Amino acid sequence: MRKKLVVVGNGMAAGRVLDELFDKSPDQYDVTVFGAEPRVNYNRIMLSPVLAGEKSFADIVIHDEAWYEANKVALRRGEPIVAIDRAARTVRTADGASEPYDKLIVATGSMPIIIPVPGANLAGVVTFRDLDDVDAMLAAAAGGGRAVVIGGGLLGLEAAAGLAAKGMSVSVVHLMPTLMERQLDPNAGYLLQRAIEQRGIEVVTAANTKAIVGAARVEGVLLDDGRTLAADLVVMAVGIRPNTTLAKNSGLETKRGVVVDDFMRTSDPDIYAVGECVEHRGACYGLVAPLYDMAKVLAGQLAGEEGAGYAGSITSTKLKVTGIDLFSAGDFAEGDENDEVVLRDPARQIYKRVVLRDNKVVGAVLYGDTADGAWYFDMLKKGVDVAPMRDTLIFGQSYQGGSPLDPTAAVAALPDDAEICGCNGVCKGMIVQAITGGGLTTIDEVRARTKASASCGQCTSKVETLLVATLGDKYVAGDRKPMCKCVDLTHEEVRAQIKTKELKSLPAVMQELAWKTSCGCPSCRPALNYYLICAWPYDYKDDYQSRFINERVHANIQKDGTFSVVPRMWGGLTTPDELRAIADVADRFRIPTVKVTGGQRVDLLGVKKEDLPAVWAQLNAAGLVSGFAYAKGLRTVKTCVGSDWCRFGTQDSMGLGVKMERLLCGSWTPAKVKLAVSGCPRNCAEATVKDVGVICVDSGYDLHIAGAAGLHVRATDLLGHVDTEEAALEHVAAVIQMYREEAAYLDRLYKWVDKTGLERVRTAIMDDHDNRKALYERFVISQRVARRDPWAERAAGRDSREFTPLAVLMPVAAE
Amino acid sequence: MRNENRFWFDLGPMDSIPKRGARTVRTPRREIAVFRTASDEFFALENRCPHKGGPLSEGIVHGRKVACPLHNWIIDLENGEATGADQGCARNFPIKLKNGRIYLDMGVAAPA
Repeated sequence: MRKKLVVVGNGMAAGRVLDELFDKSPDQYDVTVFGAEPRVNYNRIMLSPVLAGEKSFADIVIHDEAWYEANKVALRRGEPIVAIDRAARTVRTADGASEPYDKLIVATGSMPIIIPVPGANLAGVVTFRDLDDVDAMLAAAAGGGRAVVIGGGLLGLEAAAGLAAKGMSVSVVHLMPTLMERQLDPNAGYLLQRAIEQRGIEVVTAANTKAIVGAARVEGVLLDDGRTLAADLVVMAVGIRPNTTLAKNSGLETKRGVVVDDFMRTSDPDIYAVGECVEHRGACYGLVAPLYDMAKVLAGQLAGEEGAGYAGSITSTKLKVTGIDLFSAGDFAEGDENDEVVLRDPARQIYKRVVLRDNKVVGAVLYGDTADGAWYFDMLKKGVDVAPMRDTLIFGQSYQGGSPLDPTAAVAALPDDAEICGCNGVCKGMIVQAITGGGLTTIDEVRARTKASASCGQCTSKVETLLVATLGDKYVAGDRKPMCKCVDLTHEEVRAQIKTKELKSLPAVMQELAWKTSCGCPSCRPALNYYLICAWPYDYKDDYQSRFINERVHANIQKDGTFSVVPRMWGGLTTPDELRAIADVADRFRIPTVKVTGGQRVDLLGVKKEDLPAVWAQLNAAGLVSGFAYAKGLRTVKTCVGSDWCRFGTQDSMGLGVKMERLLCGSWTPAKVKLAVSGCPRNCAEATVKDVGVICVDSGYDLHIAGAAGLHVRATDLLGHVDTEEAALEHVAAVIQMYREEAAYLDRLYKWVDKTGLERVRTAIMDDHDNRKALYERFVISQRVARRDPWAERAAGRDSREFTPLAVLMPVAAE
Repeated sequence: MRNENRFWFDLGPMDSIPKRGARTVRTPRREIAVFRTASDEFFALENRCPHKGGPLSEGIVHGRKVACPLHNWIIDLENGEATGADQGCARNFPIKLKNGRIYLDMGVAAPA
């Protein structure tokens, strides 16, 4: 008979305990998890990138639905536990349901501190703790306006940077004279303040909040000195305290947190506690690393292992604000018994300070260059005697022992318990063990197995180096392919940096990302041009010289240097007038070949370049516009006749096809995009080999994605079902936008789905409604500038030099 | 000889060709592609890729090279030679810049 394990709380600590437990002993318990939030377990420390728009909720999910199913964990989300009956060994939910347990884990986490000032409960005052808070902030940021963040610590600064990135004008109010004073010394605090201010964020230090003012909702923050800062949104980020309410009401011993021993046992032998809610040897923790240490100990307990208990943690801090590198660990107060080694490079904004006591590292503060953070931290934890390397200590690990170590040797030299991935608490030994034990060979496999580098990605290169060091020659650098020979970064890395560094022109990208050629090459230039258009639809000026000829002249070049012209036929529908106009154009310009294409329209082949504007003008006059048959963009929406005519048709497939083509036309995408809408599952429009295919059924619309029928043939995967045409349009546009924002240039949609995983796309589109709506919004916004007829513009004279020779030299008369 | 007696044909102001771009000059015998690089160097080649005759003027100009639009052969603008593993040469013609105007040697109009 399996024992019953009940977990109160579905945060990172609880999730980690279960991960560790299932690793050790998968079938020992029937597990039920009660979560107060109405969602699966996610990586709370990655909420900042979600707020900044660098990641979506789908990206930060730790355990998706499939995980709960596979591990047979009953997840009762949105059901907070309000009482524990320790005599009966049951827990009770807010709705009155009761659940028995043999062992109980209290993982109730912490609560944000609300400073008790007048107005703290006004509408528009939020905290920064969970996804609902992020949603509230994003909703507020959508309207622009002013935000005041109270608290200049880790969380407050991340919130401020996120809100500023979202376009709000932001002030940070901090009680102490320097930012993050508990983690940074005043020098690093000063550099940090400057970097924050350079992002347009106002920093007010040594400022005490007296009241939050406003009538119905927040209007401003009143400071002690009488100043009032106007605000449409106030974020309280002054700290957290352990959430002990449930434990206390159940009679468990609590002080600041729920008191536990070295084996995470509370005062009741059947009840454990873990994570931010606990107090261990008088210490409470609000960072992720200690919580992982505790989870390991607790999982061992539950599995019946004998092992060393938890002995407390020394913590280190990293700020997750893109572009600001900052690390701190240990004790860095100035004191007589401490020695300091300091390096400053003001021009490069680098500051490093290592604090020594008796030739041992007791603290480190790094700003600007944090590569050696893990190394100092490791020596700090181990109490290494640094006397032999004191001269070169401040230069970092690669300067120790004569010649600098190459990166592989440096990683190989790290001890097994050196932390590699701070976001997910993964140390070197775990990764090496996963690689050798699990036969892993790629970074994706390591990521899937250990979560190392799966969150913020900063440690990706370290993990990769570890693969190299572990596998040696057997490691083939699989997926990490630089974009081209002009740069060392991958497509994905370049895309991410264009967004986070706000690079808005080709020269800016090439300068900031260290291009090795002066103006790129034929493979990176079109890719960058696309990435910039996609990232900055309003700010970026399309660079036609970086487009392939077809997109530059809006026609397809043929083997003899002539062009082909394909007007749009919306959903494959045409009219006698349109056909007459096409016939007239073919006659007048002596177009040699007229062909019906596979995408249900007509191709005019063999048009001379200088005739193109006149051909377009005549087609325009009959209402025909560019079909973008030459573009990495929306090509065709193929349809069958559907319920208008077909005796089997279930929905108006022609009508939906036309609407879809009108919605999507003109958008630039990483590679061409072909769609189809079939009126019934007989699928006459061949929707199951398109990038996106809709198959109408009686009850609505089945949405398929990731098909192909070219060099590579691949049937689509079912993404999901929607009931209405409006929903079909919104979902399809959202998929296209997600593809636009994420795929590497020239990757067809199916390739992107193969790389990123269908499940991730499905979660982002079908389950995460807010995310889908946001994608759809962004698509619609970019379409406002993209949905134009390039033919009409050129028929009217734009880029005319593109279509005419520079000069015509007539035969010279004999001299 | 011919070199001393060049007759330069005025093609117009340099800004009539976009940076990292090209325009064509039509002559009775052949079409010439005139290229302008990012750093305002000008080159003239016969507008025929040595591979399959593709119009080099339609290619993407990068550094002192152009990529043929048909099959992506990379042609060196200075001498018309194909680069890399490819073999072949597009004929090049003298060109010069004076007072912001582009001049092409009239030799292009002469029989090959």
